[in-house]
Amino acid sequence: MFSFDILDLGLVDYSEALAIQNRLVCEVSSGVKISTLILCEHNPVITLGRQANEKNILKPQDALMKMGISTYNVHRGGDVTMHIPGQLVVYPIFSLRQWKRDLHKFLRAMEEAILLLLRGYHIKGIRKENNTGVWVGDKKIASIGISVSRWVTSHGLSLNVGGNLDLFSLIRPCGQDIMMTSMTEILGPNNVNIEKVKGVLIHKFREVFKA
Amino acid sequence: MAKVILPELGEGITKATVSYWYFQAGQEVKEKDDLVELTTDKAAFNLPSPASGKLKKIFFLEGQSVKVGEALAEIE
Repeated sequence: MFSFDILDLGLVDYSEALAIQNRLVCEVSSGVKISTLILCEHNPVITLGRQANEKNILKPQDALMKMGISTYNVHRGGDVTMHIPGQLVVYPIFSLRQWKRDLHKFLRAMEEAILLLLRGYHIKGIRKENNTGVWVGDKKIASIGISVSRWVTSHGLSLNVGGNLDLFSLIRPCGQDIMMTSMTEILGPNNVNIEKVKGVLIHKFREVFKA
Repeated sequence: MAKVILPELGEGITKATVSYWYFQAGQEVKEKDDLVELTTDKAAFNLPSPASGKLKKIFFLEGQSVKVGEALAEIE
């Protein structure tokens, strides 16, 4: 039976979370630890996935440095993305050998968990064909990009719970001219609590992954 | 001689794109070393080397598409 632990890192630097992910991938891969769902938030940071084009970062590197924003090239699928405080970042370090050895089913399952979470808040999230992630109308609310090594996953998804969406104007998210939205933008600032969203997300992950 | 074959990656997944070779042709590799990274949809995955030896030939370069069951490289 598939099951997973929870590791809530709170607000953590991207590099520190990356080191924790890498360590956990080894531990889950070797069977020292069971699959683990990492939850965190990051200070503003830009990451480039394997399919990324640096032209999708719209400000020069020195301007970003002055703003205190670092960029990282990471071994995950997808183009450029950005993390900001108020965005819930979720890194499932899951052994797919113990779930299903299916990369696309894993991506769809993560989308499903987000769709169910949003439904609980009366937000109608949708999937778009050939455009992984979760959308509300034409705006994107959750982005996905994963890495898999020996059937153990890392990286994952980011759900815009709140945060300053203006920062996304520094990039072309996923290399597309898309607008971002957040649960706070839709529901109002006083109606969403990220700690509660974390609880719901864990519950929905357990439901979808039958864990 | 061992062939590096693109394995089954899930239902309905027929191909993947080579995104990164960790080794170049001519280099020595060890069994289970990450040899090549491929991507499908928003997933990047590492393929380990099936054997130790010299990476003799690479059949698909970065950016090229490979079908499930096709050989990506040969190890001698």
